[in-house]
Amino acid sequence: MANTYYDPADLRKFGKITEWSEELGTKFFDYYGKVFEEGALSAREKSLIALAVSHVVKCPYCIDAYTKDGLQKGITKEEMMEAVHVGAAIEGGATLVHGVQMMNKYNKLSM
Amino acid sequence: MATKSLKAKGNDLAVSNKQLEILNGGIFADGELPYFKDKIADIGHFPLRPKKLEILQINVGYMCNQVCEHCHVDAGPDRKEIMTRETMQQCLEVIKNTGAHTLDLTGGAPEMNPDFEWFVEEAAKAGIKDFIVRSNLTIIRANKKYYHLPDFFKKHNVHVISSMPHYTRGKTDKQRGDGVFDKSIKALQELNERGYGMPDSDLKLDLVYNPSGAYLPGDQAAMEKDFKKALKEDFNIDFHNLFAITNLPIARFLDYLIASENYEDYMYALVEAYNPSAVANVMCTNTISISWDGWLYDCDFNQMLDLKVASKVKHIKDYNEDILNDRNIIISQHCYGCTAGAGSSCQGTVA
Ligand code: SF4
Ligand code: SF4
Repeated sequence: MANTYYDPADLRKFGKITEWSEELGTKFFDYYGKVFEEGALSAREKSLIALAVSHVVKCPYCIDAYTKDGLQKGITKEEMMEAVHVGAAIEGGATLVHGVQMMNKYNKLSM
Repeated sequence: MATKSLKAKGNDLAVSNKQLEILNGGIFADGELPYFKDKIADIGHFPLRPKKLEILQINVGYMCNQVCEHCHVDAGPDRKEIMTRETMQQCLEVIKNTGAHTLDLTGGAPEMNPDFEWFVEEAAKAGIKDFIVRSNLTIIRANKKYYHLPDFFKKHNVHVISSMPHYTRGKTDKQRGDGVFDKSIKALQELNERGYGMPDSDLKLDLVYNPSGAYLPGDQAAMEKDFKKALKEDFNIDFHNLFAITNLPIARFLDYLIASENYEDYMYALVEAYNPSAVANVMCTNTISISWDGWLYDCDFNQMLDLKVASKVKHIKDYNEDILNDRNIIISQHCYGCTAGAGSSCQGTVA
């Protein structure tokens, strides 16, 4: 296999991070598990949020994991793509809204 | 969507030995993944032993009007194996004398066996409490000669369990064939009209959901809620329970896993999701599966892998419940499918 930074098989090894720091790793996974339980938001809604965020943080492992999770939860591909657009819109908006800062600075510095 | 069975295509995997070779080799033989046998030995369940027999599952033939991509039976219109009336008669003798409370008729499309209705009528007289027919739904709309089936089911108070991969057209048709979704919806509406699946009705209508691809089913209760909401809102359909079933790596689903390069990941996922508390209730512990030609198996999956029961009694004609119940259940790596997550059986989750 070609050397790459990302190996899909590494996702399976995620749990092993506890081996080098049992306490922190376990705390993380406990927290993580709790976050994704049914709550005020359904597990289904959380899965779609996770999918959108995975795209925004551009984590290929999370994209794989939450595409699969969405399938497991019966989420359709149309719903998944809409979630990605929500992420993209926020991400694009977040870039663009800084344009206001640029405009402020520009105006301040200009005569 | 597949158009022919593996058998008709002359595919290697139509031979059960070839499937077992794949299941036992590779990642298992390399020791990368533990054998199912060792996993259940760790919790004192090896050899796996039957409990009291509760369910007789009879496979009346591999003929089917569909050729679903995931079918573990490798059923289809080209499969000619069907149970004869003589074998049905042997089954009836057993049904009359068994303590099992559930009779579960499956296939292929069981309704395509020409003696299906005769068998249901005879078996219905035998005092079985729960009389299940596993209907693929579309058969009810496949052709005029089956249009009366909902009335026939109602007359004999048959419990209908039907496959429905998803409440959207796209996913259902992709797995089961073009037009399957619309026909299934029509069939469900017809069953509802007879009183099947209505909230307080005794005419039981349950749906079976299985994933359309290389992933495990999600939470059964959550899926049931989503299915109920969507089918009610979109088509005014009611049903009782949804059973979430894991696809076992057998026959066409195994072929799909290998062809799509998902086999290893899927087996890893099954092993990772292994749930020791599901082991005690896997369906082979209270079920006997009978094939179209009368052979006895621990379950429908072992039937497809041609793993006959490890007992002196191997055929329905020699049936003896006491001798049969004193046996070790035959297991292999496909059994991980029954113990993944909340477990999986013909009646959904078990843990
Ligand atoms: S899954 Fe059921 S309906 Fe589909 S081909 Fe197999 S037996 Fe027929
Ligand atoms: S595949 Fe059959 S033998 Fe194996 S655990 Fe499941 S029901 Fe039992």
